[in-house]
Amino acid sequence: MSHEDILNPKVMPEEPEKATLEGKNKFLGFWFFLGGETVLFASLFGTYLALKNSNNGGPTSEELFGLELVFIMTMLLLTSSLTSVYAMYHMKNNEFKKMQIWLGITVLLGLTFLGLEIYEFYEYIVHDGFTFRSSAFGSAFYTLVGFHGGHVLFGLLWIITLMARNAKRGLNLYNAPKFYIASLYWHFIDVVWVFIFTVVYLMGVI
Amino acid sequence: MSTTIAQNKGFGATLWDYLTTVDHKKIAILYLIGGGFFFLLGGLEAMAIRIQLIKPENDFVSAGFYNELLTMHGTTMIFLAAMPLIFALLNAVVPLQIGARDVAFPFLNSLGFWLFLFGGILLNCSWFLGGAPDAGWTAYAPLSTTQPGHGVDFYVLGLQISGAGTLMGGINFLVTIVNMRAPGMTYMRMPLFTWTAFVTSALILFAFPALTVGLFLMMFDRLFGSGFFDANMGGNSVIWEHLFWIFGHPEVYILILPAFGVFSDVFSTFSKKRLFGYTAMVFATVLIGFLGFMVWAHHMFTVGLGPAANSIFAVATMAIAVPTGIKIFNWLFTLWGGNIKINSAMLWSLAFIPSFTIGGMTGVMLAAAAADYQFHDTYFVVAHFHYVIVGGVVFGIFAGLHYWWPKMFGKILDETLGKITFWTFFIGFHLTFFIQHFLGLMGMPRRYWVYLTDQGLNTGNLISTIGAFFMAIGAIVFLYNVIITSIKGEKVGGDPWDGRTLEWSIPSPPPHYNFKQLPLVRGLDPLWIEKTEGRKGMTPAEPVGDIHMPNPTILPFVMSFGLFIAGFGFIYQVDDASWLSAVFIGMGICLGAMFVRSVKDDHGHHIHKEDLDKGDGL
Repeated sequence: MSHEDILNPKVMPEEPEKATLEGKNKFLGFWFFLGGETVLFASLFGTYLALKNSNNGGPTSEELFGLELVFIMTMLLLTSSLTSVYAMYHMKNNEFKKMQIWLGITVLLGLTFLGLEIYEFYEYIVHDGFTFRSSAFGSAFYTLVGFHGGHVLFGLLWIITLMARNAKRGLNLYNAPKFYIASLYWHFIDVVWVFIFTVVYLMGVI
Repeated sequence: MSTTIAQNKGFGATLWDYLTTVDHKKIAILYLIGGGFFFLLGGLEAMAIRIQLIKPENDFVSAGFYNELLTMHGTTMIFLAAMPLIFALLNAVVPLQIGARDVAFPFLNSLGFWLFLFGGILLNCSWFLGGAPDAGWTAYAPLSTTQPGHGVDFYVLGLQISGAGTLMGGINFLVTIVNMRAPGMTYMRMPLFTWTAFVTSALILFAFPALTVGLFLMMFDRLFGSGFFDANMGGNSVIWEHLFWIFGHPEVYILILPAFGVFSDVFSTFSKKRLFGYTAMVFATVLIGFLGFMVWAHHMFTVGLGPAANSIFAVATMAIAVPTGIKIFNWLFTLWGGNIKINSAMLWSLAFIPSFTIGGMTGVMLAAAAADYQFHDTYFVVAHFHYVIVGGVVFGIFAGLHYWWPKMFGKILDETLGKITFWTFFIGFHLTFFIQHFLGLMGMPRRYWVYLTDQGLNTGNLISTIGAFFMAIGAIVFLYNVIITSIKGEKVGGDPWDGRTLEWSIPSPPPHYNFKQLPLVRGLDPLWIEKTEGRKGMTPAEPVGDIHMPNPTILPFVMSFGLFIAGFGFIYQVDDASWLSAVFIGMGICLGAMFVRSVKDDHGHHIHKEDLDKGDGL
């Protein structure tokens, strides 16, 4: 049996993302990577908490943050996590078209989120004069939220690349782990956002 | 791919082979060359420091250059010499010890090496571009954030790039050890070196992201006008210290644990006994790794965190002496009653025990927070960390290189030269650093480029410098040994030490695919078990079949090169915005290579069973 045949079995296994050794390695390695990412964001959160009152005479978090826009953004990202779960459900049932559709919806939700985040930053910078360079609080805020935004952007580019690359050939045991870890990454981004919503925005206005 | 073709190649083909290799054994050699080069560089910097301090008020180097030397000596030795040399041993040995044909992520393995190398080169480019970093290897803010010139920028970008490579290496070894052990190789049958590799990789995974963030914040402060560490903008420079040491303390365990693993394997092999207290050794390794994250603030006792914080961190620090003590006693009991054979690897290991114990003892002294106010920033601290890092890590690397050199290159390093290296280096080491305890207690501060005469520091510093020359002679003899062995050394078989673990069951150097048939592991020290039952090698766990191997690729080199270019762009865009083009070009190269990696299928290749080398493996 050639390698191509091994990667394209007649009957897809129940967990195509973990059916090969490469897949198992990717799966486990990515979980480890997310462990490292957790430390990365924990360090950023710690820095933010230490500096959030150091506004240097500029606007404070109470004056800046409103919860309406952030609530919509939270809902968008939470929903996109759900749609990526649907995509993985269809991947396990070997329904490639449906998986692509749900991934497409995930990408659209993520893009909307990113657009709103850029709009939010624009408002702070142009109307409130609150920038990366205005205070230690500003530096910490834009770094923490910006690192998350950068992760969202990278995740979107990643998922779009995977969708485009595999659009014509469908699912096999070579690309199933790739889709799966991209969705893991997307969930991680979502979890980080829940903490940002709580620590930065909720605790910022209370 | 037949291995016979790989034998006779021109220089260009060999170079291309190493630039594109994803074979862990060749990556080990690359790490050895890269780490060895930076070890010599860091050694030269150390010699310049010691020559400057040979007499009071010396003017061998200027004050500013001295700051650059001490900063680069520390940074180079930790990040660019010790870590890569540890990775050389990990790459050379761990897959063989667990009976794997490769690592879990051969591509990432190669990427990790090239990131390290380009990060190290970027950092050292600073020497020729206006001055090296000069804020100490710890780069404390606000000194580092306000330091003029680009030296510290090179520190930030260089370490960021090489640190990313280290993180990848850590993840790679974690997954390799979890997923790719041979049939029967349970966790509690793994050789202790593999166990220490495992715990070290976990430490890398959870420690390096803190450094990543710290370096990002410093980069933003220096290059993009943020105010994390700038008190004028409400920033707080202690945040850097926390982030640096949350990474920095686990880092010393990242370095020392694999050395502990080397000694465990060496003691066991050359005492002809299984390791005493194997289970306790594993437990102690894991416990040291765990406690390593609880003690970072002992580097900050004098910052003023308060008596409660200082007490907690002092007690946690002292607690680490317990698992370390367990290890020391287990090594002694492994030797006890053993059929001991003393060679170079064994000499380094035996010398490690008292040397490291002295370092551990001064560690407990430093852990007493009240006393630390006296020791802090004196040569006592310098003596302490050189006792643990040289007496532990460097001795471990030398022991490991002597022990596994035949496995990596098929030749045993010359024993006479090895012993000359050992004795000169060992005597030189104690001559250099033992006296520094007393210089420190007499009040000589770290990092000062001169001291005054009539303060009782002259003799001690002279002795210390003489010792440094002995160490340099030892290092040169070792280098000579490597050259002479590669030219004249005789080929040895796969098992020159009458070994106990799986790496000695295959030829030296091992074939491209390591194991023709995966071995069946039946207990701790699997090869020894087979030997005691009268067999020559391992019992195979599978029939001879086609072997699947990864393809070589140039992409890791290209990605790292892209980041190297982008690094210059980030550094110089503060002077001239047109340098931003270098950022875009460099990041474009890197992301472009990542894109190619993502969309281009790479299924690897098969070695057909008819092409596998004949012979049963030894």
